[in-house]
Amino acid sequence: MDFMNTFRLALRALARNKMRSALTMLGIIIGVGAVIAVVSIGQGAQYMVQQGIQAMGTNVVFIAAGSSRPGGMRVGYGGVKTLTVDDMNAILREIPLIKQAAPSVNSRRQVVYGNQNWNTGVTGTTPNYFDIRKWSIQSGSVFSDQEVDLAANVCVIGTTVANILFLDENPIGKTIRIGDLPFRVDGVLESKGQNVMGQDQDDAIYAPYTTVQRKISGITWVQFINSSAVSQVASVAAVGPITSLLRERHRIRPGDDDDFFVRTQSDVADLANQTQSVMTMLLGGVASVSLLVGGIGIMNIMLVSVTERTREIGVRMAVGATEDDVQRQFLVEAVTLSMMGGAIGILFGLVGSALISNFLSWPTLISGKAILAAVFFSAAVGIFFGYYPARKAARLDPIEALRYE
Amino acid sequence: MAEQATAVTESKPAAASGQPLIRLENVHKVYDLGEIQVQALRGVSMEVREGEFVAVMGPSGSGKSTVMNILGCLDRPTRGHYYLDGLDVSGMSKTELARIRNRKLGFVFQQFNLLSRTSALENVELPTVYAGISPEERTKRAMESLTRVGLADRAGHHPSQLSGGQQQRVAIARALVNRPAILLADEPTGNLDSRTSVEIMQILQNLNDEQGLTIVMVTHEHDISQFTKRAMEFRDGKLRRDTMVQNRLIAHQVLQSLPTHEEQAAQDDAEETARQENIKTRERQEKLTGTEATK
Repeated sequence: MDFMNTFRLALRALARNKMRSALTMLGIIIGVGAVIAVVSIGQGAQYMVQQGIQAMGTNVVFIAAGSSRPGGMRVGYGGVKTLTVDDMNAILREIPLIKQAAPSVNSRRQVVYGNQNWNTGVTGTTPNYFDIRKWSIQSGSVFSDQEVDLAANVCVIGTTVANILFLDENPIGKTIRIGDLPFRVDGVLESKGQNVMGQDQDDAIYAPYTTVQRKISGITWVQFINSSAVSQVASVAAVGPITSLLRERHRIRPGDDDDFFVRTQSDVADLANQTQSVMTMLLGGVASVSLLVGGIGIMNIMLVSVTERTREIGVRMAVGATEDDVQRQFLVEAVTLSMMGGAIGILFGLVGSALISNFLSWPTLISGKAILAAVFFSAAVGIFFGYYPARKAARLDPIEALRYE
Repeated sequence: MAEQATAVTESKPAAASGQPLIRLENVHKVYDLGEIQVQALRGVSMEVREGEFVAVMGPSGSGKSTVMNILGCLDRPTRGHYYLDGLDVSGMSKTELARIRNRKLGFVFQQFNLLSRTSALENVELPTVYAGISPEERTKRAMESLTRVGLADRAGHHPSQLSGGQQQRVAIARALVNRPAILLADEPTGNLDSRTSVEIMQILQNLNDEQGLTIVMVTHEHDISQFTKRAMEFRDGKLRRDTMVQNRLIAHQVLQSLPTHEEQAAQDDAEETARQENIKTRERQEKLTGTEATK
């Protein structure tokens, strides 16, 4: 019997028990739909993370004060006072792989303009920080190196801060109060959106690090050094030299832990991707269990169907159907069932992820690979779980099958 | 017994004409049921030639069903040989047997065994589907076949919309559609009333007489076997009697003597009224005698 015939026969057999076929398909529909939705959410999140990492800058190497522990990081603010601007200058001097570097000194302060006030992070740095992070100015200008040397009370602000404090007013040249001190706003930064951790990067104020160190925090060390290597390969290659240089400068004995840690942009990207992949795989795994259960449902229904149609099988064999014919008939029926479920499931998954990105405003990214995988898996489920019932049908003895009541 | 067997062998070649289509050579069939072994056939040898119409008879357990299953290539002999149209099929694989059933054999069953919720035409088409015939040719042949049993106008009907006799005719059309060498019928009239049974026998006789179709039919009804040309009787797994049918009945003559379904119904009604009358009269009498008794 040719394929089209077998397929038509399968459709008719399934149409004969519409409710039963629909319920059987439901398992596959839910499974495939869930896999598609989950994967598209996961891919969307991953895409966002990649965008976020792109936004960090290019070939960036971070050096953070604090100690690194396996499985996570511990930063002892205040406790670790060893990382300084001198360290940064030593790195720039002695490690040619590093092109430029900027320190950052963080603190949180209440900021006030007119009758508006806001609590935000104030970061002390140098003008080339914005080069390293590929962050441009929307209006006004960045404070100068001289202003850094002079510890001047000048700053640039992110768009969130600008919107909150100034509403519709133009902030350039205005004076805001950070803590107890007045600062002149020199520029407003381009909007950068959320970072990898979901923090609003535009909710920030940048001032000369000298000003923040001396006038706001009253410290002599820095929390981070943001540096940029000459290339991506160089950023990874620089980690070793930076580590040995800093260990030497901080007089850390062999065997003792570092009091800083070095991360490259690709480390962060890898970590973020890994986290996302684990989440996607986990959720995808849960969804696949539903696919498995759906497959068992198909097997169950096919077994019932074979028993119900024993006589039909006997008649078909008597008029000349071979074992292969019978087996193909039931296998095609099972695969039709599972692939129809798969197709409807893909539709549900697409609609589902569209709804999720609409109503929960989560980013979703439909992946062609996931759809292809869904088609492949639903066919595989049909073949795998349809094989045994089909085999059972083909192995029937025609004499007994004809006598079956 | 031995004398009878000799007598049979003597009478056979004279009666039969054409090539031997079926030849069983000392066929044994043993069913292994685990602890016990059942000897269903204990050395059956027979020949059926082209154009014969054979009735296979015998009580249940005689081995006649086993013979039919072997003749129908649904089962294989444990020992001995089965030559079908000159081909030794006793050693063939299941797939080869399926092909033989498809091309050379036609089956008619007691239970009709039509596929429900499938039109008469599609039921008749079924064997052609497995023969790999093109869809147009399939429909054409199925219609021809249905016409031959007089059901062309019922092609679109489902089995549930047909009477028992019509269903059996569809089954015969199905058996004929691949132009088989032999038609095997297993109690084809077992589920039908007398008149319909004769109608079915008329179709089989026509096929046999006019087209020379070889037919082997299992039946336990003696009067049905009278429509055939030759009767074989099985008992205890052996062929005990093999005789030519004397005074063969001709179905269309018998049909003329039988009341039609309408006449039958009228007669049944008349009988029923008479019976009711009888009961009433008896009740009346009983009432009378009853009242007398109480007096």
